[in-house]
Amino acid sequence: MSIRVAIAQINPKLGDLSANLNLYEEHIGRAAKAGAELLLFPELSLTGYFLRDTVPSVALTADSPEMKRLKDLSRELPFVAGLVEESADHRFFNAAIYFENGEARFTHRKVYLPTYGMFDEQRYFARGNRIRTFESKFGRLALLICEDLWHPSTIHVAALDGALAVLCPSASPLRGIVDAQVQDDNARYWEMINRAYAETYSLFMIYGNRCGFEDGVGFWGGSEIVDPFGERIAKAKYYDEDFLLGEVSLESVRRKRTISPLLRDEDIDLTINELMRIRERPAAKPRKK
Amino acid sequence: MIQIPTNTPLLREILTGFVRNEVHKTGMSKAVIGLSGGVDSALSAALTAEALGAKNVLAICMPYKSSNPDSLAHAQMAAQKFGLEWLVVEITPQIDAYFDRFPDADPRRRGNKMSRERMTVLYDHSARWNGLVIGTSNKTELLLGYGTLHGDMASAINPLGDLYKTQVWALAEAVGVPAVIVAKEPSADLWVGQTDESELGFTYREVDKLLYMMVDQRCTKPELMALGFNETFIDRVVLQIMTSQFKRRLPVIAKVSQRTIDRDFRYSRDWGK
Repeated sequence: MSIRVAIAQINPKLGDLSANLNLYEEHIGRAAKAGAELLLFPELSLTGYFLRDTVPSVALTADSPEMKRLKDLSRELPFVAGLVEESADHRFFNAAIYFENGEARFTHRKVYLPTYGMFDEQRYFARGNRIRTFESKFGRLALLICEDLWHPSTIHVAALDGALAVLCPSASPLRGIVDAQVQDDNARYWEMINRAYAETYSLFMIYGNRCGFEDGVGFWGGSEIVDPFGERIAKAKYYDEDFLLGEVSLESVRRKRTISPLLRDEDIDLTINELMRIRERPAAKPRKK
Repeated sequence: MIQIPTNTPLLREILTGFVRNEVHKTGMSKAVIGLSGGVDSALSAALTAEALGAKNVLAICMPYKSSNPDSLAHAQMAAQKFGLEWLVVEITPQIDAYFDRFPDADPRRRGNKMSRERMTVLYDHSARWNGLVIGTSNKTELLLGYGTLHGDMASAINPLGDLYKTQVWALAEAVGVPAVIVAKEPSADLWVGQTDESELGFTYREVDKLLYMMVDQRCTKPELMALGFNETFIDRVVLQIMTSQFKRRLPVIAKVSQRTIDRDFRYSRDWGK
């Protein structure tokens, strides 16, 4: 099976839901017209990223009118939205939702909320506590948001749970200038892990990053699709708006897993046993100097 | 050997993108910038012109009677080179009128007053020309507090604030700032014969390496000493950063309510944009 996947590398307005909903609608129309069958929007692209105290005012509940509009839009084309989700008990999550055929089919709540350096997510968001794959009309997929993927345990679980492709909405800021490199150092790191994960877990990495600036912080764009052989099959511009289309042929997952059946050989029990041992008996403290 | 990265093609792309994005999202399309004749303001103006189009950039040179004539000449040279709109506003009458009342003012007070006078001229032209005031302070002077609060440190957006002076020089050369401006000795030109490096007591290239390893790479003091930095030099720079922290923050507000601006009332400046 082959899917035409689109990525909308957009520059949303910070805290302006209605402007960003229009941007979503525009890109869904554009993707449908281009023959895309699945569209990925970046992390928090319905709201903007550095929301701070506006988090509660842009949060969507299951019955928000905006949620209904998103569901309706998915009749035209399945897509992944990045937004703030408010639970019934009023916790706010940095979430990605997969919409298909008029329904919100799957929600991933970001597990790893960066709260260091320039990031402050745990101050504003509640932490997700699940990593699950889900069935889509294209087969089994995983949704992991940005920093989630900086913890290899998340993709390890997703791969073992049957994901053929990982969709990663991201709001990754540019930072770190290195000589003789066409992109900043954060972009370089992401490209390295996208490729390593795709090859290691024999799956597609579909990475959608945003662009634009918020309070001087730029987002590096550079969205990409990497196949299970580590080949980059589509790449968006750095530091600017773009619309990316790529052909994701799931047969190549089968072919890669036939050639190197690493996932088949993965010993889950061994890992679980060792992790339980580590949890029960924390590693010895370093000796005093 | 400590090497501060100066990837100029990448910096140029990022910083012009920054200016374009941050100016346009305010609903404006123009900019105002004070040209001193030095490398920082020339670079800031060049990046702004590249981002917004030269005709959308108003460069204002604001000499005082004691300013080095080279400063005006170099400012004009940069404005011509980048095709900027050009204006000269002498600040001598208002500065002299003020200090006629306070004739005992020392050079520091006079220099700060001139710097703040220039700020008010820029903000007045910001309203007249409908353009944002673009900053010219680099990371070295911001960290050292080597600037006048509410004077040359004031701006709406600043493309240079995360670049060390060493990087400013490299990028200025790459974007075509006239060589004479890049090569000359840095000076605030607030009084005759003033130069930054003699006033600071060390060179920018020396202090930039220290700041880069200390601030960006987070080296500890023993690590810095192992890299060859002199202990007195390190202590002096650390003290200078600490004592100038107030210049890098908004005024301190006394908290009495449940929700105080910038403490527990937290919004991005680009809120709604």
